[in-house]
Amino acid sequence: MNKPLRATDLQPDDDGPLYTAQKKIYPQSVTGPFRRIKWILMAVCLGIYYFLPFVRWNRGLGAPDQAVLIDLANNRFYFFAIELWPQEIYYFTGLLIVAAIVLFLMNSLGGRVWCGYLCPQTVWTDLFYAVERFVEGDRRERMRKAGEGFKLQRAAELALKHSIWLMIAWWTGGAWVLYFADAPTLIKELVTFDAPMVAYIWIGILTFTTYTLAGFMREQVCVYMCPWPRIQAALTDEWALNVTYKYDRGEKRSSLKKAAQLRALGEPVGDCVDCNQCVAVCPTGIDIRNGPQLDCIQCGLCIDACDNVMKKIGRPTRLIGYDNDINIHRRMEGKPEIFKPIRARTVIYTVIIVAIGGAMLYKLANRTLLDVNVLHDRNPVAVRLSDGSVRNGYTVRFLNKRGFDRVVAIDVEGPPNAVIHVVGSDSITPDRPMIILGRDTTTELRVLVDSNSADDTPQSVPVTFHVTDIGLGEVASTKDVFVTP
Amino acid sequence: MADHSHHVEIDKVTGTATTGHEWDGIKELNTPLPRWWIWTFYATIIWSIGYFIVYPAWPMVNGYTRGLFGYSSRAELDVDLAKLDQVRGEKMQALATASLEEIEKNPALLALARAKGKVVFGDNCAPCHGSGAAGGKGYPNLNDDDWLWGGTLEQIEKTIKFGARSGHDDGHMGNMLAFGKDGVLTKEQIVEVANYVRSLSGLSTRPGVDLAAGKQVFADNCVACHGDDAKGNQELGAPNLTDRIWLYGSDEATIIDTVTNGRAGVMPAWIGRLDPTTIKAMAVYVHSLGGGK
Repeated sequence: MNKPLRATDLQPDDDGPLYTAQKKIYPQSVTGPFRRIKWILMAVCLGIYYFLPFVRWNRGLGAPDQAVLIDLANNRFYFFAIELWPQEIYYFTGLLIVAAIVLFLMNSLGGRVWCGYLCPQTVWTDLFYAVERFVEGDRRERMRKAGEGFKLQRAAELALKHSIWLMIAWWTGGAWVLYFADAPTLIKELVTFDAPMVAYIWIGILTFTTYTLAGFMREQVCVYMCPWPRIQAALTDEWALNVTYKYDRGEKRSSLKKAAQLRALGEPVGDCVDCNQCVAVCPTGIDIRNGPQLDCIQCGLCIDACDNVMKKIGRPTRLIGYDNDINIHRRMEGKPEIFKPIRARTVIYTVIIVAIGGAMLYKLANRTLLDVNVLHDRNPVAVRLSDGSVRNGYTVRFLNKRGFDRVVAIDVEGPPNAVIHVVGSDSITPDRPMIILGRDTTTELRVLVDSNSADDTPQSVPVTFHVTDIGLGEVASTKDVFVTP
Repeated sequence: MADHSHHVEIDKVTGTATTGHEWDGIKELNTPLPRWWIWTFYATIIWSIGYFIVYPAWPMVNGYTRGLFGYSSRAELDVDLAKLDQVRGEKMQALATASLEEIEKNPALLALARAKGKVVFGDNCAPCHGSGAAGGKGYPNLNDDDWLWGGTLEQIEKTIKFGARSGHDDGHMGNMLAFGKDGVLTKEQIVEVANYVRSLSGLSTRPGVDLAAGKQVFADNCVACHGDDAKGNQELGAPNLTDRIWLYGSDEATIIDTVTNGRAGVMPAWIGRLDPTTIKAMAVYVHSLGGGK
């Protein structure tokens, strides 16, 4: 067997290998406004994620008192005052659409702000980097240690780092399962090993994924696994603000000393002193001065790094900043900068968000606690009875979303002289069947409707089922058709 | 034959050694399989040999090798079915012990009986009565309210159990005689009685036919089974001739055919083929379709 060659084995005039091994990145710590924003957002996001399951919300007797709960066993979703049934899954569809459009809107205004500040991958990777920095030291120290051989001190450091990482990862998985069951009860069960196996499995899965994705994969998730960089490239336009190296101001690069000499002579020289700080702090290891690129998650840390240098050398800050191509060209032509947040695409995105969000809020505000759905028999669609009248069969589903049993009457409206029968129920009055709906359940019944419609009646007439709560007077209705053979 | 004597050539683009093989200027890279892959491959071979020994595998002249464990997929199925029976046991027990009325009054049992009945109906009854029990010519629609042998829960259960003209001792008996073929009635009398019968359920009659004569023919020959008022007799499976439902069709030609050649549709007896609980579930299912009394 021949050993495959490494890139360094090749002659300089070679084209080079198509593949190279991943280069390990040692981002340097940095201070500044963007770093501060990231710390605050990290605290807020993780705080919500880790502690939300413990927030209580009183829903009365028999209902869970957890503010946010995905109750898979009973097919209910609770979000503070909102309770959703499987029949109301469209709220989630709406939420997903709104979320996608919000992402588009963010992108058209400020580039990949999601990636840089809010994406879970970024937030957890940032947290893991903070641990790494705390245990092993900053960039130079870490690079030096990586090059050194094995030492006991080093082993202790690594053990500490991985234990903290694993604890964070384990807590991440633990918090996840708390959203699916009553949190205090589940914690008790988890500790006493009484919890369902699925809870332990999910904790295991999330511990593993958090540990590997935030600890080892890091920027590779953004570059190789995530589809969003590809999508956002198609969504952005020349007006979108992106983390940009203002080459009109920065070029030509030179050393601090040389730049001072040239400036004294009145020669053209840029502000960039090629200190490489923007590269050193970058968590994806790129050089922002190469222009917009797929690997850039636009976290703004290079802005902080560059600003710190500019302050030190007494040059104006924001050599790297949120900017766009249009302004670079305008500055080069000597025109003032302009920013245009109100554009066709931002307006359209906003309108869509408001429309869908408004429709969902409207629907939520008018949510009914009594509902009825109907399904017409298909085989046979209609039956002729011996006296010549016509019978249609329906499967009717009643939804009682209240926390108590109630008695409802069923009326039918539409076909001439319609008479309704409920199969297998004791009707209190023969003409107006009444049934009991259990609390917080659906009830499915077979309902037959007879009509003495004559032979010349139309083939299909609309029929409306009214369900009336005898006690509360709530009415729910649904429409279908009554078919004549 | 490839020449293996020359020194190893390195492909510039990939940095990988070539095998030295060349076809039309295209060279083959030497990318050997990873060791883990090779070992996985060997492991699968060893595994397969073990599998042949442990599980039934080789066909022989008089059967097959049984394997070390004596494993049989049939036995596994039996175990699974026994487990299923155990899981369903309590519910099926409730179905077996409850009376037909009790089942229909209990929403949970009704839902169970309907679900079970529907499946069994699809397997056994749908070929004649249709998947939705809408029937067809000669096969009663079980959704309507016209019942040859009665539409109460007990009557439906009895019909399913013993059938009609099925040959079972307890099955329903009763034939429509072939009045024409057997020479009891003349063709003219048959036309008259057919038109008279049509008039009973308000259908138009052929102009010029003597309905009074038809009434007389009916009184002389048909009342024994269909009754004085032609409303039929469920003991004999004689249909009601005054309603709007006609099993074989209500047009004049069909009725003439019926009177001439008789009718004797057969419903098989299901007792012995289906267990009593299943028959019970099916009776409830059929009753709940809407036509039951």
